[in-house]
Amino acid sequence: MMLRNVALSAVLAFSLGGKAQAENIAPTDVKFVDDTQVTASLTGVAGDPKAGREWYAGRKLGNCLACHVTSDLAEEPFHGEVGPEMDGVAGRYEEQQLRAILINSKKIFGDQTIMPGFYSLDVGARPAEKFAGKTILTAQQVEDIVAYLLTLKE
Amino acid sequence: MKLFSTKSTALFGLTALIASTVSSPVLADADNNKLVIDGTPLVTDVAAPADSELDRLYSGWRFRSAETQSLQADDFENPAMPFVDTGADLWNAADGSEGKSCSSCHNDAEESMKGVRAEYPKWNAKLNKPHTLETQINECRETRMGAKPWKWESGEMLASTAYIGLQSRGMPTKVQTTGPMAKWHDMGKDLYYTRVGQLNMSCANCHEEQVGKKIRSDHLSQGQINGFPTYRLKWGGLGSSHRRFKGCMDNIRATPFKRGSDEFIALEVYVAARGTGLSVETPAVRN
Ligand code: HEC
Ligand code: HEC
Repeated sequence: MMLRNVALSAVLAFSLGGKAQAENIAPTDVKFVDDTQVTASLTGVAGDPKAGREWYAGRKLGNCLACHVTSDLAEEPFHGEVGPEMDGVAGRYEEQQLRAILINSKKIFGDQTIMPGFYSLDVGARPAEKFAGKTILTAQQVEDIVAYLLTLKE
Repeated sequence: MKLFSTKSTALFGLTALIASTVSSPVLADADNNKLVIDGTPLVTDVAAPADSELDRLYSGWRFRSAETQSLQADDFENPAMPFVDTGADLWNAADGSEGKSCSSCHNDAEESMKGVRAEYPKWNAKLNKPHTLETQINECRETRMGAKPWKWESGEMLASTAYIGLQSRGMPTKVQTTGPMAKWHDMGKDLYYTRVGQLNMSCANCHEEQVGKKIRSDHLSQGQINGFPTYRLKWGGLGSSHRRFKGCMDNIRATPFKRGSDEFIALEVYVAARGTGLSVETPAVRN
């Protein structure tokens, strides 16, 4: 019985994922509420915190560790200190706010922030050809990292 | 936690949170070590000129590990020195259709090249733009020696700029920023504060606002160029300041300007001016 439930929900999640994939919210269509929150999931697929942890640390992905000390990733060397520590961040922000910060930090912290917008096409001059017109992270990677951040309780 | 309703209260709330987790970056977190090479003390920090964006200027040496620092403090350990020896050989080597060497016109570099590095890039009326050390060397080669110009990042060019630069070691950086140079200085300043690349950052975001902080494994300095060409352990050799500018632009996922372009020359003028008063350290050692 238990097993069948798990299997069933896996199937459901999968088909939901398949459907939502085609309906990702494009970076230019993201709706900010009060410039501080993005309430709707970008993909409709629940974020996977385990995958998010990987995107968070990956140097060619979020590379969040370049700027944020994160005790949960103590096994990774070299945590940067440009931004605040991420320990306990789940207690400081709601999911909708974390999503907004990741998508376009400038909306929340102001234009002067050094933190990149990870799902925004509002980028600097002369983007490298390889990255022009692309966001740093995919919609699902953003959702996964949000899910990961929500596990960082004090 | 209560959701914020307006941006201003949100910002207020965020600022309060941030203030509680981050110490304020008022003072550059340079160490207090003293750089003395061959008995000569070098100036690695100095009050900024009145019109500077910075309060105090620090050489990148002050942000490096003790091991990297000690490599530069001893000429026998400095891995750039074999290249300097090559530069000395090139100084005396005849090349080109005129059968001349640098020394044919300039004699002893230890005399004639003293102070040169400290003043470059330098206005050149005939060109109607600043000469960098590289373009000046190539002008001599082409017009006086009848020799082929060297490529910007070639072994010959780097050896020569390192050797010529060494003759100014310990002298204060002082590039001209007034008169015809003002336009170049201002163009460089614009570039320094322009956000570029997919990561959307300017030079100032890292080298002015975050000095002293760790970004991943790197300790952020003011991005001064008083030690160029610099021996970088990561490069395993010497590199020009334009190579460093390109590297930083690549890292922020921007399309870099070309070495020797007007943009990089302007940036060199401006960044050199940001180091006014720091000793020339050429050839410096960095990680
Ligand atoms: C280049 C530096 C940099 C990178 C890379 C970076 N951040 Fe940030 N981040 C900051 C800074 C700086 C702040 C503080 C806001 C400010 O001062 O602009 C911040 C703030 C935050 C906050 C709010 C924290 C709090 O306690 O108030 C969150 C959440 C966050 N970042 C998550 C991330 C995630 C997730 C990534 C990677 C996907 C990331 N950051 C990548 C610099 C960075
Ligand atoms: C994302 C952060 C970042 C940005 C933006 C950035 N740099 Fe850097 N830069 C670094 C790091 C890290 C180093 C190596 C450590 C150090 O010296 O700060 C470095 C080193 C340098 C150095 C060598 C300093 C020395 O002592 O040898 C120079 C020069 C420099 N940068 C210039 C620039 C210029 C000009 C720009 C803009 C085009 C720029 N940087 C943009 C991170 C950055």
